[in-house]
Amino acid sequence: MLELAADQGVSIPEDSLDDSPLAIRGLTVSYGQKPAVFSVDMTVQPGAMTAIIGPNGAGKSTLLKAALGIVSPLSGQVTVFGKPLDKQRERIAYVPQRASVDWDFPARVIDVVLMGLSGQLGLLGRVRFRHISRAMDCLHRVGMRDFADRQIGQLSGGQQQRVFLARALAQDAELYLLDEPFAGVDAATEKAIIAVLKDLKTAGKTVVAVHHDLATITDYFDHVFLINTRKVAEGPVAEAFTAETLQSAYGGRLATAQIDQISRALG
Amino acid sequence: MSGEEFVPLSLTPLLIGTFAAIACALPGNFLVLRKQALIGDAISHVVLPGIVVAFLLTGAISTWPMMLGAAGAAVVAVIMIEAIRRLGQIESGAAMGVVFTTMFAAGVLLLEQTDTSTVHLDVEHALYGNLESLIWLDAVGWASVWDIQALAGLPPELPRIALTLAGVCLFTWLFWRPLKISTFDEGFARTIGIRTGALGMALVIVAAIAAVAAFDAVGSIIVIAMFICPPAAARMMTNRLETQIAWSIVFAVISAVAGYVLAGYGPLWLGAVDAVSAAGMIATVSGLILACTAIWGPCRTRTGAPGST
Repeated sequence: MLELAADQGVSIPEDSLDDSPLAIRGLTVSYGQKPAVFSVDMTVQPGAMTAIIGPNGAGKSTLLKAALGIVSPLSGQVTVFGKPLDKQRERIAYVPQRASVDWDFPARVIDVVLMGLSGQLGLLGRVRFRHISRAMDCLHRVGMRDFADRQIGQLSGGQQQRVFLARALAQDAELYLLDEPFAGVDAATEKAIIAVLKDLKTAGKTVVAVHHDLATITDYFDHVFLINTRKVAEGPVAEAFTAETLQSAYGGRLATAQIDQISRALG
Repeated sequence: MSGEEFVPLSLTPLLIGTFAAIACALPGNFLVLRKQALIGDAISHVVLPGIVVAFLLTGAISTWPMMLGAAGAAVVAVIMIEAIRRLGQIESGAAMGVVFTTMFAAGVLLLEQTDTSTVHLDVEHALYGNLESLIWLDAVGWASVWDIQALAGLPPELPRIALTLAGVCLFTWLFWRPLKISTFDEGFARTIGIRTGALGMALVIVAAIAAVAAFDAVGSIIVIAMFICPPAAARMMTNRLETQIAWSIVFAVISAVAGYVLAGYGPLWLGAVDAVSAAGMIATVSGLILACTAIWGPCRTRTGAPGST
């Protein structure tokens, strides 16, 4: 089965890769025997907000990590704005899952945001006033300016998530990839984060987020990408986020009542 | 104590002890934060097969081949640990456990199966080193520090550990930012182009080199203690990595100096006649510092732990 995917990955003609902010072709990732992501194609629309949705273990985070080169795929190609990922690193910002790091690490909030400027600073560049003031601006945008001197472990989950977002803002990228930015955060944080993401969209940036709350899809996003190891559907919310596509992505795991509710919301 | 007595008898062991302590404590900061602190223990075990192989090849107990053998074995072990950790997708402590017990066993087997067992490879020397014996007999006082002829008589362990310390400092300074970012958030580090696998490997190899150089000069007890105690104590003094590094150096120096002095004079003050092992006392002092910071350190509570505010 995996050999087959490799064949498929190779057989994709070069010219099908366009200038899209993120184009994925024939991507297969496996952690063990079973593929976590199987032969997935994805073309992210520029200037849009795309949600990656699917049931638990459907490969949402893995898709994102493979697109970023954090995990190595078995096969497939990833291009960012038409070029290989390695040449485009400074055009991408990534917000990992909050739980993926140890928040007891000895650093203050400002230190974490400054990590977003390491591309500018290089290996030995000194942190100067303009870097600090840029980091403070980013903290201000997520409503965390007053917390700059706090140790990161003293923050609530929502505050930690906002610090991660501020670090991504400091990178001043064109494509923002977020892994479950709304997982386990308070309502105020959710509002703050979505406001920042919508500002990014207004500024012409592209946003892709792994998302788990189907009820907020229509409010927050304009494109969806449904995945359950394989791609299920991709497109504008009105077309791709339907009772049929949800049923085929989630199968029996999504209660019929929930689907009814969503279809009613969609009109 | 006058210069005539201090410089030949105590200056070099103090410097060697201090340099060894700092050389281990610096990479120890990152190893502790990465939950790989056990690597010091692992390295001090895996050097045995390296030393035995070096002896078999050269047929002599001389320093350089043995150090190279030890360093080679340490690097092989580090690569095996990383390979098992990544390929087997298991926790690094488990990978270390597998590798260092296997290599230590292989070393013992090699020692028993060949005629090397008749050679005296002193266990006590390996554990505690012999810091007190690293004296500088060519020195007559402070003036000797400027005397080329007297400097030629320095114990060779001193330039070796000084060079190692310089290398460790250079590595930490040069890769400070990537080390910090990848220790905190490996996934993010990779997205900004940091080669986290290679960097992690480089860190443990630097730690291995520091361990072998310190092991040669002062024995493995100091290596194991200095990788863990000063950084762990420093973590409880501050919530900033930069400050933590500074504290870890301070604690390493205090341990080395106080340990050496206490070992030499402590028993006399208590009315006994003998001195005790300096390396053992240095390790003891670093442990006491760790205990004090664990009780009184300002940042000792894990945030989010039950009972913390």
